[in-house]
Amino acid sequence: MPQLFLDQASSYAHEIDNLIWIIAAAVGFWFIVAEAVFFGFILKYRAKPGQRAAYIEGTERKYTRFISYPHMIIILFDVVLIAGSIRVWYLVKQQLPDADRTIRVIGQQWAWTFVHPGADGELDTDDDIRMVDELHVQVGDTYHFQLTSTDVLHSFSVPVFRLKQDAVPGRTITGWFQPTRTGEYDIQCAEICGIGHGIMAAKLFIESPEDHAAWIAAHNPTASLQ
Amino acid sequence: MKPIATTRSASSIPTGRLAIWWVLASEVVIFGGLLGSYIMHRLGHPEWGETAAHTNTWIGAFNTLVLLTSSLMAVLAHDAAEQGDGKKAARFIGMTMLGGITFACVKSFEWYTEISHGFTITLNGFWSFYYTAAGLHALHVIAGTIIMGFIAFDANRGRELQRVELIGIYWHFVDIVWIFLFPLLYIAK
Amino acid sequence: MAHSSTAHAHEHAHDHGPQGILKYIWSTDHKIIGMQYMFTGMFMALIGGFMAYTFRMQLAFPGADIPLFGVVSPGEYNALVTNHGSIMIFWVAMPVLIAAFGNYLIPLMIGADDMVFPRLNRLSYQIFLLSAILIIASQFVPGGGFGGAWTSYPPLSANPAYNLTGLGATMWLLAVALEFVAFLLGGINFIVTLMNARAPGMRAYDIPIVVWMIVIASILFMLSVGPLMAGAVMLLFDQTLGTGFFDPGTGGDPILWQHLFWFFGHPEVYVVLLPALGFVAEIITVFSRKKLFGYKTVLYTAVATAILSFFVWAHHQFVAGIDPRMANVFTVTTLLISIPIAEVLFVIIATLYRGSITLTVPMLWALAFVAEFLIGGVTGIFLGASGADIYFHDTYFVLAHFHYTFFPIAIIGTFAAVTMWFPKMFGRMMNEKLGRIHFWLTVTAFNFIFIPLFILGTAGQHRRIYDYNHFPQLATEGLQDLRIVATTATVVLLLSQVLFLFNFFHSLFKGEKAPDNPWKSNTLEWTTSSPPPHGNWPPDAMPNVYRGPYEYSVEGREDDYWPQNQPA
Ligand code: HEA
Ligand code: HEA
Ligand code: CUA
Ligand SMILES: [Cu+2]
Repeated sequence: MPQLFLDQASSYAHEIDNLIWIIAAAVGFWFIVAEAVFFGFILKYRAKPGQRAAYIEGTERKYTRFISYPHMIIILFDVVLIAGSIRVWYLVKQQLPDADRTIRVIGQQWAWTFVHPGADGELDTDDDIRMVDELHVQVGDTYHFQLTSTDVLHSFSVPVFRLKQDAVPGRTITGWFQPTRTGEYDIQCAEICGIGHGIMAAKLFIESPEDHAAWIAAHNPTASLQ
Repeated sequence: MKPIATTRSASSIPTGRLAIWWVLASEVVIFGGLLGSYIMHRLGHPEWGETAAHTNTWIGAFNTLVLLTSSLMAVLAHDAAEQGDGKKAARFIGMTMLGGITFACVKSFEWYTEISHGFTITLNGFWSFYYTAAGLHALHVIAGTIIMGFIAFDANRGRELQRVELIGIYWHFVDIVWIFLFPLLYIAK
Repeated sequence: MAHSSTAHAHEHAHDHGPQGILKYIWSTDHKIIGMQYMFTGMFMALIGGFMAYTFRMQLAFPGADIPLFGVVSPGEYNALVTNHGSIMIFWVAMPVLIAAFGNYLIPLMIGADDMVFPRLNRLSYQIFLLSAILIIASQFVPGGGFGGAWTSYPPLSANPAYNLTGLGATMWLLAVALEFVAFLLGGINFIVTLMNARAPGMRAYDIPIVVWMIVIASILFMLSVGPLMAGAVMLLFDQTLGTGFFDPGTGGDPILWQHLFWFFGHPEVYVVLLPALGFVAEIITVFSRKKLFGYKTVLYTAVATAILSFFVWAHHQFVAGIDPRMANVFTVTTLLISIPIAEVLFVIIATLYRGSITLTVPMLWALAFVAEFLIGGVTGIFLGASGADIYFHDTYFVLAHFHYTFFPIAIIGTFAAVTMWFPKMFGRMMNEKLGRIHFWLTVTAFNFIFIPLFILGTAGQHRRIYDYNHFPQLATEGLQDLRIVATTATVVLLLSQVLFLFNFFHSLFKGEKAPDNPWKSNTLEWTTSSPPPHGNWPPDAMPNVYRGPYEYSVEGREDDYWPQNQPA
């Protein structure tokens, strides 16, 4: 459903969207049936002069099946939804495909710091590129992110990736994403973090390999020293 | 003047006893939450064991003994109340109170020593839990002691003898909480 | 001990204690305490509603000078949202659904003259009142009201250097803790009253469902709030003494608070849901002249929901940094809870089957509850599915989900109950016509607020943001139009409440006199006068119970109802 408003810009975005559609279909079915029966009864059984209501205990077998059959079917639906949900969850959060690059994401009141690995592809070397509120990634590469916070909770949220993960001070949480289309998108902070929570926006630049290489070259700290 | 409602007993358990059990149920989850949090932290921080070595096990053990004895007195008070002997019940409650007061005095001496040695509540996580859990328990001891004063006063005049049992149940609970606190805070090192 | 009934009546006459206005403030009568809770809750609802108005205006017209308030600064925005949520849940939903109607209805419905501990009852209201005063006062202290969300996650909430509202945060925490104490005392009273003070002849299955629901909710509250009480003490020490329970720098853990909070927070949503379901069950049986479809089923589903609700809390924390494997467990338990809730809703719908339905105002509200709550319920499934919640967490989809549950419960459910029992409470009828206009305006406006918010949530709009212009993807004109629709509907919704307030207070003094049993209902509260006297029935005429509460349209009887106290 989100793709009605947002691009799908990561390898798993469509998985999450499809899951949402499946849930919508499953609960939508029940919702419509329940509301239809409900309004049907209200219309059909309006008080009419001279006609009394029936006396039904609700324990008679011929009536209880109207509750117990739906009950079974809902269990069935639940099983399907659970399976679908866990499959997507496993893909996004529980496994970690090999990374082409690793970035570091640091939340603080009220800005994001992104540490890019630079030309050598390694973090914690001299050519790391630190940017505030700007994340540059190359389309098609698999990224690991190491997420942390220096003060309070923040939440690293990239709607076009369908990715969200809280940043917790004192911990480093590792996750992954793989951008699949180029463009310029929003990064949000999705966890309230004080009065600046509303301005804690950052920009995501998904670049083609050439553009990304150019960006790295332009920001090479060692290059600027020479 | 009691409403008719108070004098009814549809469950055939006296209203007072029923109420005290529910009070304890709500207390169990409060202490449960606190001790559960402590245990989780403790497992995650093996180094707290060293800090815990600074607690004084002997004082803790002595206080355990004091509380157990006072619980025994509470039982005897209940017995006396069952037999309708308010004066005797009041005397035993007095001894239970003595236990409570001793406990509180020992505790304040203990805390005074610890704090003056620099083991304050902000020193580290262990001491934070130590003072919070033992403090919450001590508050229960003090509250119980005060309430016992009123009950003993009434019992001595032969009034509201059923309350002797109720405060006894509460006191056993306070005792049991300590039985959990003592090993968790003093013995585990 | 065994005094004659005349002596008893005599004592009752002297039991009133202080006279005049003090009589109301200092009363131990459960009916008066119930009304005190109701009026306090009504007042707090207006405050919570006003707060919603201010921040909705800011969202529709960022930076505008808002009539009756002024310009909303980012800090004020956070404080308004935080306190709106806290007030609506803890000072509106809880006191009105549980305390007001629990107090008013339990003794009357089980045929007792009062709660078993009337003075404890009064104390619980007084503590509650204190907590309400404290939360209001916290808005006006230096630094302003607390702005760390109603969930109060540390480290933000634990450290004034982070939240910049140190005093407000501590007052917020104390107010919430006091409110918990009030409801623990009240809950013990409810539980013991139901267990011990039932009228002779009233067996477990003769108890009206709403009484069961309120008492089960009280037990659920009592058993889930304990860990959070402990957490509140720890957070208070973090704030004031400088301990580090939730501070990773000193070996603490911020996520511990989330566990303690949601271990309470999730059961809490069923604490408010169950009483509302109870009102709906009572009202639907009366106005469709039908026996409740499967009394025991309702009871079992309520208990099953209560038990399951202890095992789902971490669905609020899927992406909070918990072990990802745990999420799977909580997805399973969360989706399972749809089963008992679906069942209880189906039972309510089945009760209408072959009924004889009259659409009085209380019935309209009760039916609207079912229609609207279904939306809130099914959208919960999107969030319970961990895979989808990665996207939806902390978006307006969550927000719309829970307003579609809370609003039906706390506002629609309350209106259902108020219009149902108003004649009993005040001995006068409310105006039907005004009631209907108010109903349609409120329900329509409500949908116009929150359907747009579902759409905004799906578009990725996240929560607690005072101005979306900082997020280009959310600052589009189409989305801003939706925000304006929601805000306009909010204003309409709030203005419609004037009709209700007018109807309420006008009927209170000038309404048509109500008969003892205007709705021809079976339950015991309708067998005494409207309003009931002190002691509810004359002491020598306390009711005896002969049958269950839902014997409507019994075949072979002339009347289509059969009061519980009428001998066979
Ligand atoms: C009274 C209020 C109330 C109620 C009743 C519910 C009911 C439910 N809630 Fe909701 N919820 C809240 C109040 C409530 N919630 C609040 C306040 C928050 C946010 C707090 C915050 O962050 O500030 C929240 C947030 C919230 C989240 C966390 C979202 C997030 O932050 O990421 C989740 C996730 O699982 C969730 C799930 C559910 C589920 C599964 C139910 C279920 O009980 C619903 C069950 C009902 C049905 C399913 C409908 C009937 C069934 C059918 C018609 C049958 C068909 C169904 C199937 C086939 C499955 N809720
Ligand atoms: C019971 C719970 C409840 C209720 C009823 C409401 C009602 C409303 N809520 Fe609220 N809301 C929350 C609980 C509730 N809310 C919570 C928990 C949050 C999260 C806070 C956080 O993030 O920390 C929240 C957050 C929240 C936000 C999100 C802000 C943000 O994240 O930036 C918004 C935005 O539009 C909003 C809007 C509204 C509106 C327009 C109403 C309107 O429906 C309000 C209309 C009010 C009335 C119509 C009152 C009328 C009542 C009477 C006159 C009383 C009659 C009473 C008696 C007879 C006793 N709410
Ligand atoms: Cu950082 Cu919100
Ligand atoms: Cu929940």
